[in-house]
Formats: sequence, structure tokens, C-alpha cells
Amino acid sequence: MTVLDTPLKPNINCQNSFHVGAQTAWEMLREEDMLTRITTSCADLDNILGGGISCKEVTEIGGVPGIGKTQLGYVFAILGFCINLELLLLLRGNKNYRIQLAVNVQIPAHYGGLGGKAIYIDTEGSFMVERAMQIAEACVKDMLEYDGLLRKDSQARQLKMQPKELLGNIFYFRICSYTEQIAMINFLEKFVSEHKDVKVVIIDSITLHFRQDFDDMALRTRVLSGMALKLMKLAKTFSLAVVLLNQVTTKYSEGSFHLSLALGDSWSHACTNRVILYWNGNERCAYIDKSPSLPSASAPYSVTAKGIRSLASNSKRLKMMQALD
Amino acid sequence: MRGNFQISRIEFLITKKWGKRGGGGGEGCCPLNKDNNEPGDSTLIYRPEPGRKRLGGSECTAEREGRKAMANKLISEMGLPRSIANDALSLTEFELMELLDVNLKEVISAVAHISEIACPPYQTALSLLEQRIQVEYLAGHLPTRLEGLDAALCGGIPFGVLTELVGPAGIGKTQFCLKLSLLASLPSSYGGLNGRVIYIDVESKFSSRRMIEIGVNSFPEVFYMEGMVQEMAGRILVLRPASLSEFTESLQQIKVSILQNQVKLLVVDGMSALVTGEFEQGPSRQHPFAWHISFIKSLAEFSRIPVVMTNQVRSRSSDEASRYSFQVQSKGDNIEEITRSDSHLVAALGIHWAHAVTVRLVLEARSGHRFIKVAKSPISPPLAFPFDVTSSGIILLNNDGIEMAGPQINTIHHQGSS
Repeated sequence: MTVLDTPLKPNINCQNSFHVGAQTAWEMLREEDMLTRITTSCADLDNILGGGISCKEVTEIGGVPGIGKTQLGYVFAILGFCINLELLLLLRGNKNYRIQLAVNVQIPAHYGGLGGKAIYIDTEGSFMVERAMQIAEACVKDMLEYDGLLRKDSQARQLKMQPKELLGNIFYFRICSYTEQIAMINFLEKFVSEHKDVKVVIIDSITLHFRQDFDDMALRTRVLSGMALKLMKLAKTFSLAVVLLNQVTTKYSEGSFHLSLALGDSWSHACTNRVILYWNGNERCAYIDKSPSLPSASAPYSVTAKGIRSLASNSKRLKMMQALD
Repeated sequence: MRGNFQISRIEFLITKKWGKRGGGGGEGCCPLNKDNNEPGDSTLIYRPEPGRKRLGGSECTAEREGRKAMANKLISEMGLPRSIANDALSLTEFELMELLDVNLKEVISAVAHISEIACPPYQTALSLLEQRIQVEYLAGHLPTRLEGLDAALCGGIPFGVLTELVGPAGIGKTQFCLKLSLLASLPSSYGGLNGRVIYIDVESKFSSRRMIEIGVNSFPEVFYMEGMVQEMAGRILVLRPASLSEFTESLQQIKVSILQNQVKLLVVDGMSALVTGEFEQGPSRQHPFAWHISFIKSLAEFSRIPVVMTNQVRSRSSDEASRYSFQVQSKGDNIEEITRSDSHLVAALGIHWAHAVTVRLVLEARSGHRFIKVAKSPISPPLAFPFDVTSSGIILLNNDGIEMAGPQINTIHHQGSS
């Protein structure tokens, strides 16, 4: 970190790149420092993800049925709204993060408290609004708790947030065919430019229509990669996080069957980050299968009534650390 | 409007190119009007998935009706034939330029406009919630009258999504289905949905006698009323398809009648029997049920009724995939693998199917007791409830449920009879 921590000299030459639209690596580095992340609300998971899923990037999450993909989708939809930096700080409860976050706190104040909205694109028809409500309620409760913890002085700011308000900030699109899905993704750019406060786009799942309605695989590959490029551009232009949920299929390689994410090999190049959720004994785990900047690692998480959390033993430690603060 | 002009121009050019009239204008049109294309135009032909082609144009009728109920608009109602949208969106911009002989700028703005029209409108999650609570009876759940299970599932079997019962033969799947059928047909004053039930009985296991027995024992106050037995039994319509094609046909038939005839529950019992043996794990890309899965899902969603399906079990084959390649590399322990493949049963319909269902209930027998487990649910924690089958159908032995850790919630034991 020492090299990267050298203070940035005001260098005007940086701005004058000799090719319009290009960026120097140095500029990109500065930009990365300013990157916000959306917490997964599970400290261990945030840890391996470098603080949460990153805005400006496309992250793919896949796993077997019932592992918690959609649950994570809900969590992002709701927490996308409260990229509350104070909350982030406390949710992590990890001192190392504070330094890094100190940089991030400078991020535009307009979503210092109340952050962006979310777009939830449901291709499967399995959106359970009751569950989203449960998570929103838990989120509001947590925030009140942390708010009280932060401001022990009496001038406690009244957090007027209601779970219903959180749900009101999720734009829900129901997509019934792959044509609609392509149209949706083309249209997103316009929609987001009209709703600038959208901070996260979740597609649950990217797979369904492309898995069953195509028999021309070449066309499928082309359409899919076109979609991925558009999503990356969207993420970059509007600094929002794109989360794609993917299903699992079986794949034959090296003489045996393995599980692998659906849509084939060419698709696996399409996303910037790929996280696989899997069972490890009795624990649910997340594994970073692919990322340009993070080492591959895995971390346990659990699905609770409140959403996604650390395993019970770990969260106890977290609570204690918070109590000490 | 400029955009509209461009669309009609594109539409015109596409249809002109193909030398036939598209279904332009304000009329809603069939999305498949391209099927009679000449095969010569090979680069332009969108090939619909075979199942969809079989369906023909009537498929969009049910969809449209359902969608109207949701106050949404279909593409076809907006004067834009779906096929046009399809082409414009799956071709690249350069292909479109070549095809239409217009410049890139025009193509880009036309594609953007087509996308905007073809994209469905949004709802906020809040309005969705309010709609469910206010408009729908019982907040969108069919109570099973098994208290613990209803509490775990936030009220019962949810409307609009698929609920699956998995378990070995003779465990009580059909008993559960019979009871649910009764509950859906009961008058509202007795806590039912007061509607009709369509029961697709693939393996001829439906027994009217048994159903009435369950009814008489569980709801004596209803069934001892004059004429009520006939009334209740008359509300349940049983279909018995004998093959996959018959099954496909009956699905297509019921989609319209569901909307017209106050059908409040769809049960599909023993669907996996239709493809047993045909479906093996392997390189085949298309699942034999791929079409059925999405059809039943959309049926459930557009009509907003609960759909309950049963799935059989088969023994796990030794080369069954249960891990990712990175897991094997990092561990290399074969011991667990062997114990796992021991004598476990797995659901007959594979992983593709399992992704499609929203709630999965596993029924199993373990050390002399029967358990019903909430194996997949967006709402409920992984709970297991001991149950028994009595003369009044399935009853829970206790309503608290045992929370299960890890993937054992998914395993299916069958001890006792094997």
C-alpha cells in the first residue's frame, strides 16, 4: 500500500491525455480509490470482496438452487439504497477497513446518508415481495441501532426511514421473453439517465430465457456478449453496480461431471467478477472464481430471517468489537 | 413522432425484404408470423424453440389476458409486432444497416426506440406489496392448515409461483395434494378459496373416495351439509394425460379455462413419470421439460394461483456432480464423496427444474418417522416437521419444527420400506 499511498501531485498533464476518451492507468487508479462498494451485509463476504460488490463493475453470482442467490439479490436491492457510509463502517467492524474507508468518505455527499435506488429485473417470476419486506425491516432496524450507537449525544438525528420507503425505491421489471430482456438492457441506459439515483441493477436471472429459448448457439453467444458489453458500459457510465444471478448446470470435463455456471464457456468471459455460492459441508460459502483485482478466496455466510449475515460465531465477535468501540 | 416513423420504416423495410405483409399497424398480431418465411433468408430467420412453434399463436392469448389483469401492456398491443422487435434486437447494428440500407445513426436511434417500446413498464416493490395485500385474498397464500408449516411459509402455499413436493413413493405426496385441493375448493366462510381445482393426475393416483374421506374427517361441518359432498367433489377437475404430448396438450387447453372458470389451484401430480428414463444427466443441452417449466411458471404468474407439483425420486448415480471443479482441486478427499453416494435419493427432475421452483418441500422417512422439510423457500428458514398420514390426511405431530443446518435439508431419506 505504501506506493499507492503517495499523495497525488496536482498534475495537469493527467487531464491532457493525447487520445480523446482514453484514460491513463494513473487516472484509473485514482478513480478506483474513489470506488464505492455495496455491502453484502455479511462481514466475511465483504472481506473477500474487498468491501462489498463494487460499483462500476459487473458481478456474476451463481449457485445451486436454494443456496441464497435471490436472497443476495434482495439484499443488494435494499442496501443499494443505503450506501450509508457510517453503516458500512460499523457493519464491517473491522479496523483495517477504516483507513480505506476514510478515503471513501469523501465520496459525493449527496448519497452520504441516503443512497441510490435499485432496479430489480426479474426474468424468473420468483420475486417474493414479502421476503424483500422482511429484509427491509431488518435493515431499518439495524440502521436505527447503529445510528444510536454512533450518536450517543442527545442531538440524535431522527432517521425517518421506513421499510416501505425502501421498497418504494426498488424498480421492479418483470421480463417474460428474451426479446424483452434484450430490449430491457438496451433501454436501461435511458432509464438510468432519467433516474440518476439508481445505484444497483440486479438481474435475476440472466440465464432463464437464454437457456431454453435458443437452439442457435452462435446467435445466443453473440446476443449474450452484446448484452454483457452494454451492462459493463452502463456500470461504468453511471457508476452503478450490476449484479447478474446465474443458474448452475453440470459439465463434463476430465472424465467426470462437475457443477458449473450455466451459459457456457464464452459467457464465463463476459463478467468482470464471478462469485460462486456453494455448500461446504454444512456451511454456505462464497468463492471468488474470477476477479481482475481480488485474490481467489472463499468465505462462509448464512441466510437468516434478516437476510445475509456472517456465521453465528463470527457475528458474535463482531458484536463484541462494536461494543468495545 | 420521429421514432414512430423510424419504426414503421424499419417494419416496412423488413417486411418488404421478406416479400410479405407483416402484421403491422395497431392490430395485435401473432408473434410467430415469421414461421412461414422462406428458408432462403437464412441469416434473418429467427428460429423459435420447437415447443413454442407447436403452440402456435394461441399462446399469446392467455398471456395477454393475464397481463391485462396486471394492467401491463404486451408488445403486440402497442402496434409493434414481436417478430420485428425480435429481429431488430437480435441482429447487430451492422446487419441492420445492411438489411435496411440506412445509416448507423438511424439504426441506433430506431433500435433504442424499439427497445423502449418492447420493454415492459416497471412497478416499485412497494406497489407490488400493496397490490398483494389489498387485492388478494389471504394476502396471496393458500393455508395448508398445518400450523407450523403455514407459519414458516408466511401463510401457506404462495400464489403465482411453483411449489414442489419431493419424496419417495408412498410418503404422502398425493395425500398432501388431495388435501390442498379440498382447501382450495372450500367456501370462503370456512377459510378456503371457494374456487375450482384442476388436478393433472399423471399416474392415475387420484382417489375421489379418499379425498371425500379426508374431507369428511377434516371438515365435518362442511361435508355433512346437504349436497356439499357433491358440490365439493364437483369443483375438482381431474385430467389424466398418458404421454408427454397429451400432457402438453392439456396444459395448453387449461390455460384459457383457468382464467375463465374461477380455478384457484393447479395440481400436477407425478409429472416426472412422463420422462423417467428419458432424462439422464448428460450432454443434452435442452431439458425435455424446458418448455413445460416456463409455461407452467407463466401460467401460475399470470393467473396468480398457487401451483403445486410433485416430483419423484431416484437413486443418486455414482458419477453425479455435486461439486464444482475448484472444490475438488482444493480438497481431493474422496472419503466424503463415497459416503455421500451411499444410498441417497435425489429428485427425479434435475437441477434445471430445481432452479425453476420457488418453494420445495421434501417429504422423507427417517428412523421410523416421517418429516416434511422446507428445503427451498425464499421466506422460511430450513425447518423440518414430523408428520403423519391419518384418516383426515396429513397432520403435523408438532408445530415447532427442527431447524436443520447445511445441505441435509435437501437430502431425501427413505428408511423403513426399502
